This record gives sequence, structure tokens and C-alpha cells, in this order.
Amino acid sequence: MRNFIIKRIIMSIGILFCVTLIIYTLIRCLPSSYVESMAMQLSSAPGAKSYDEWLAQLNASYGLDQPILVGYVGWLGDFFQGKFGDSWKWTMPVMDKFRSVIGLSFVMGAISLVLQLIIAIPLGIIAATKQYSKADYAITAGALVGISLPTFFFATLLKLAFAVKLGWFDTHGLVGRNYAQLDAMGQLLDKAHHLVLPIATLTIISIGSLMRYTRTNMLEVLNADYIRTARAKGLSERKVIYHHAFRNTLIPLVTIVGGSLPGLFSGALITETLFSIPGIGFTSYQSMIVGDIPFTMFYLTFIAILILTGNLISDILYAVVDPRVRLA
Amino acid sequence: MAEDKNVKNQRETENEQLSLNDDRRVRVLSPGALVVKRFFRNRLAVVGLVMLASMFIFSFIGGLIMPYGQAEQFYTYTYLDKEYVGVTRNNDLRYAAAEGQEFGALLQSQFLLALGKGNTEYTYKDVDYHYLAEGTDFYSIWSGNEILAIAYKDIVSAADGMADPPFAVKYEALKLYSNDETGAFTAAGASYTLDADGNILQGGEEIGYISRFVVQSKEAGVVVSRDFKERLEEALEDDITEFVYTGEDGEEHTYKVSYDASFQVWSVMQETETYVWDQYAQPSAAHPLGTDGNGMDMLVRLMYGGRVSLVIGFIVVVIETVIGIIMGGIAGYFGKWVDNIIMRIVDVFYCIPSTPIIIILGATMDNMQMDPQLRMLYLMLLLGFLGWPGVARMVRGQILSLREQEFMTATEACGISVSHRIFKHLIPNVIPQLIVICTMGLGSVILTEATLSFLGLGVKFPFASWGNIISDVNNSFVMTNYWFIWIPAGLCLLITVLGFNFVGDGLRDAFDPKMKR
Repeated sequence: MRNFIIKRIIMSIGILFCVTLIIYTLIRCLPSSYVESMAMQLSSAPGAKSYDEWLAQLNASYGLDQPILVGYVGWLGDFFQGKFGDSWKWTMPVMDKFRSVIGLSFVMGAISLVLQLIIAIPLGIIAATKQYSKADYAITAGALVGISLPTFFFATLLKLAFAVKLGWFDTHGLVGRNYAQLDAMGQLLDKAHHLVLPIATLTIISIGSLMRYTRTNMLEVLNADYIRTARAKGLSERKVIYHHAFRNTLIPLVTIVGGSLPGLFSGALITETLFSIPGIGFTSYQSMIVGDIPFTMFYLTFIAILILTGNLISDILYAVVDPRVRLA
Repeated sequence: MAEDKNVKNQRETENEQLSLNDDRRVRVLSPGALVVKRFFRNRLAVVGLVMLASMFIFSFIGGLIMPYGQAEQFYTYTYLDKEYVGVTRNNDLRYAAAEGQEFGALLQSQFLLALGKGNTEYTYKDVDYHYLAEGTDFYSIWSGNEILAIAYKDIVSAADGMADPPFAVKYEALKLYSNDETGAFTAAGASYTLDADGNILQGGEEIGYISRFVVQSKEAGVVVSRDFKERLEEALEDDITEFVYTGEDGEEHTYKVSYDASFQVWSVMQETETYVWDQYAQPSAAHPLGTDGNGMDMLVRLMYGGRVSLVIGFIVVVIETVIGIIMGGIAGYFGKWVDNIIMRIVDVFYCIPSTPIIIILGATMDNMQMDPQLRMLYLMLLLGFLGWPGVARMVRGQILSLREQEFMTATEACGISVSHRIFKHLIPNVIPQLIVICTMGLGSVILTEATLSFLGLGVKFPFASWGNIISDVNNSFVMTNYWFIWIPAGLCLLITVLGFNFVGDGLRDAFDPKMKR
């Protein structure tokens, strides 16, 4: 078991090197629009140096004049020291900006995940136990609709219904107009109020896959021999399903949920952007659009690490929960 | 009767002829037919198939039937109020010097000072002046016995195409006019008549007119006729808001009149037909879903958008599948170090955050102002290149298990070449799963493309795509007031993706008989 984990971790680190190298190369190969527009702006000031001089100076100061491999090694050195440089767009250290926005994304993701689990697992089990019934068709169709809904369209529909027509929520932003005048409790409630629509969007968009996953696994378990044995023993259907079958369904569910835990930190890029919620997703969207290399590099590396950690967790959990797959 | 019996007998003999092991005795279905049967038993899958078929017909045939082009703009006439003429009532004294006299600004101001004080006689630079009030707001200024100038508020203008009336005529005419008199007068040896409308006539011919109003045309090249001015002035006397004028051609024109009290200006507005883009037109017979912000027909845009979305989806999935089958097939068949290398590449690709990368590349292409058509091509290549690892992983997993089966040993024993073994014997066995994964993949590719286009980073303007049609809602006025712009596009998108998912789900169940009880 220990060897298995160590092997997986070493492999993940190797993959991370490759991914960061690819990302770094890609970003360095892009026409660096941010530096160019900044040089353009600086050179247009009265009595300023020429555009080319400014461009050379800016490239030198950002380390963009080195060859890609040298630059990558330098970036890697900084990365190991936890240095990610200063964000160009936000004009502050990348880590400071990151710390100020990550909490919000995590809260949103966590609430949405809890809601998904509460809704999706019972519905998935109901659908599986009553396969081919009306309820099953309704749940399956609902799950597929959730998967097929374009986030932006659904978010806009929610906005039109609840923000424009009913006027219950604001269409954009995290805080209301009178936020500054509220006391601490009021401020918290104001933020919570503004998060209702984004969290609803996130939950409904991503609930479908979990529901289907639960249903498929439950169906597989229900067809297993030990369930037939349990029934043959004369156990009540209730006990068969919620005691024997459900516990076995939990194995794949635990691994998939465990694997999605790191994803809570990755933020919901599209949803946050649609509702202008200043989480990590919206922040990095803005950085990416203007070509803010330090922040983008950090964000992409961060996401890659999250994906790797997620895979690692779900592999390890799988091995922990199901002793049959333990490999040396 | 006899014939009936004959037929019956014949049937019986046919039945007898069928032996026990004859295929016709039991209806035998091929595996393919079984899959089709199972697929059509699934109601959701059939619904999905109908949804897909209707979207395909809508997108590919609809565009051919509709008479409009995808970027065809429609125009419409709207009525806009344009200012036609501005009218001011003259409240300042104006001056006219007698022939051979000078009456400059200094003298004018001296006169005004005296007038203000009420002194009819005043001295300036050792010259004595005096003025006479000859009528309402009409004065003549004299020095000794010689007339220097006149000061008036009612303005004497030349008639159309006439020379400015001489000083003497002005003087005599104003003398009458300012005292509300009419009639004949003589000036400079000629006789004139002033009529009730303030027209100065010389032998029946109009040479000029007197009026307190200044009428200025606000449009270049438009000469306001004398008749129009006269009617307008009459109308303005009694506080009207609308003015109807029958022109020389007998056509009746209606003008709106508004009065600006602070500037004492009347503006006379004329409704003019203006030719503009038919923006955000409500649904009508000509445009069943209205028009968008560029005056293009929404229904046609939706059809062409569907074409773009579906074609992009197909091409991307084809690229994904081809790369995926080759990589997965090689990895699965050869195993060992080849498998190891390819699977590590797959792992690396899995870890590349694809959405951010596509957004960055989209923003870069924005920056380079790339040609929309080229851009669409790059988008497809990019999505395909980032999407293959899923297919490769599935193909490899399947082949790993298939490889151990007896028929593969048989192919090896027969000495069939490696490429033949992979692509003729292994891959066809993977096809069912491949079809499922591709169908589901089509839906998700269409969603990704729509999201990118919505963010303005995918398919660009002259081309329509469902995503960039919906992106109009970034203008909250459109979102709130023009449902027909974005709701149909969203529904099309939902129906198509849902259709692919329903069909994919149905196919999965149909291919996998284990799942049926």
C-alpha cells in the first residue's frame, strides 16, 4: 500500500513537470499582448523612449528575453520557493491576490457539492431500484437535461426569472449597493444572498453526472449475486437495498467524490464570470483575457496540481475502500 | 371456396417443408438487429433521435429553404423628427443707415443709452443728435435736419429673388407698418403699397416684406418659401403645437412646433422617413423570430448557427476519434513500454487545464484580429487535439481485454499482419463503445464551442453560432426585452445536446445487454 502511494506520487510529480513545461512553452509562444500594449502606452508619453526600447526593457524585466528552456528552469526555481511574482493586471503579488479570492470559490464549491450529494444520491438510488418506471425515466431525463444545459443559458434564464422579473436577487456582483452600511451579520447575509443564484446554477449544472453515476453503480450492485443471496435469505427489500446494496454503491461514490474534493478550490470559471463573483475563476478569467502571464501561469499550474491531486486521491481511496485493487 | 382451400393446402405443405433446423422456423435476428430493437424500445432514445433529426433538418435544410442569407441585413423606414426650421422673434433693435451716412456701433450704443434714459436729444463728440419715436419699436435718428439711420425691430427683408429694398423704402414702409397702417406710400420718387400682410408691393409686384420673426432653415439646401414663412408666422401668433401646411404641389405636411421659452425659439420639426437597419424587430410574418441587433433575420441566423455548431462538433469528434483510436490501439496492442509512454502522454493531456488554455488562445486570436474563418479552423483543431485522451484511454482498456481472447490468438496463428490485426480485428470490436463515447462527445463539444462563442472567444461575427447569438444578452436591455433573440438559440442548443445525450445513453444500453434485466 505504501509503495503504491509513493509510486503514484512520484508519477504525479513527473506529470506535473511535463504539464508545466507545456503550459510555459505555450504561454511564452503567444504574442505577449500585455507587454506590447504596455510598451505602446509608455512610449506614447511625452519625451519617452521609443516603443522598441520600452519593449526590450519590459521583456528584460519580466524575464521574457531568455530562451524558453532557461526561462522555464528559472520559473521552476521560483516555483519551488513559492515565488510566483507580481500580477500585471492586479499590480500585487500573485499569492496575495490568490489568497484574497480563493476562500469565496471554496465556499461556493463546497456548498454546491453538499447540495449535489444530498439531492443526487437519493434520486439515483430511487431511479435504480425502480428501473424503467416513470420515476426512473423522469430522473434519468432530468439528469441528462442538467448535463446538457449550457451554463450560460441556464444562468441567464435564472437571472431573467429571479433577478429581472421577480426582483429577488441582483444580476451581478457579490455585494449589494448598501453593503458598506451593514453590520457584520448583515454583510454576511448580503453576500449569501448574492451567492444564491450562482450556487443554484453550479448545483443544477453538475448534479446530473453524479445522479447518473449513482444510478449506474446501484444497478450494477443490484444485479450482483450477493443481493440475490440477501433476497433469498428473506431479508426485507428495504434492508436489502439500504443495507446491503447501498454500502456497496458507496465504494465508487467515495472514490469519485474524494477525487472531486481538490476541484473545490479550482473555482467555477464560467459561472463566476457570468455572475461577476470575484472568486478565483473570474479573477483568472480577467487575467487571461489581458495576457497577465504571472497570474495565468500560477492559475494553470494550480489547476494542474488540483487535477493530479484529485486523481491521486481517488486512486488511493479506491485502493483503500476496495482491497481487491491494491497493487503492489 | 375451392380456391381458398387450395391456398390453405398450399400453406400447410409449405409448413411441412420447413425442417427443424431451418432458419425460417424461428425468426433469427442478427446482433445488429438486436441492438436496433433494444434501442427503439428505449423511449428516451427515440425521443432523442427525433430531437436530433429535427435539429438537423432545421439547420441543414432550413437554411436552403429560407429566402434570406446568413448575413443579409434588413432595412426599414422609421419616422424621425428632424428640425426643419427654427423661428425666433426678433427682440433686438436693428439699424439701417441712410444712404451716404455712417451709423456705427459707437453711435448705436449712444442711441441706446439715450433711449434707455428717455432723452430724445443727446450729444456725442460735440455733435447733437435727436431721435423720433415713429411707431411701435421704430425710431429714426437725426442730426439737425438730416436723417442718419433708423432703428427697428420689425425686419424688412427682400422678397425671393429681389434686391434688398433701398433705405427710403424701408423707412416709409416701416413708418406705416409700425403704426398698424397700410396703404400706398412714395419713396425716392416711386410709389409703393404696403398690404395687410406686411408685403411691400411695387406696381403689383412684391419686392419685400416686413415681419418680426426670423425664420432660418436648419437643413442644408432647403429654401423656405415666403408662403411657408407667412403661414407659419400667422400660426405662431396663436400658440400652436402643430402646423399644417399645404405646399405648392397640394400636398399637406404636418409639422410639430415646440417653443423653447428660455431662448424664445420655436423649432418646427418635420417627420422624415429615414432608412435604417431593422434592429430588434418584433417577430412578424416576414421574420418569424424577429431580427437581431444588426437587422439580420433571427430564424436564418439560428439555422446557419446550427450548421456551424453541428459541423464543428462533427469535425472535432472525428479528429478526437482518429487520434484516440491510433494512440489507444497502439498502446493497447503492444503493451509494455509503448503502452507506458502513450499512457503517460495521456495522463499529461488529462492534466492540461483545457478551458483556460482555450480561453487564452481565443483572447490571443482576438488580439491578432484573425480572420473569422481561419479562427474557426484553429478552434476545431484545438478542441480535437485536447479531446483525444478520453477516446485513447477507452480504446486501450477495451483492447487490453480483447487481446487476451481466443480469436486474437487465432489471428496471430494465421499470420495476419499487425496493422491488420489491430485495425481489422480489434478496433471493430471497440466500435460499439466508440459510438457511444462519440455521441456523448458530440454533445459536450457543441457545449464547449457554444460557451466559447458566448464569451466572444469562439466563432466570430459574420458567422453565426448558437453561442454567439446568445451572447447578445450581455446587453441587459436585450436580455430583458427581446426574448426572441436569445431564448430560441438556447433552446436549440439544449435540444441538440440533449438529443445527443439521449441517443448516446440509449445506444449504451442497447449495446450492453447485461444492463437489461
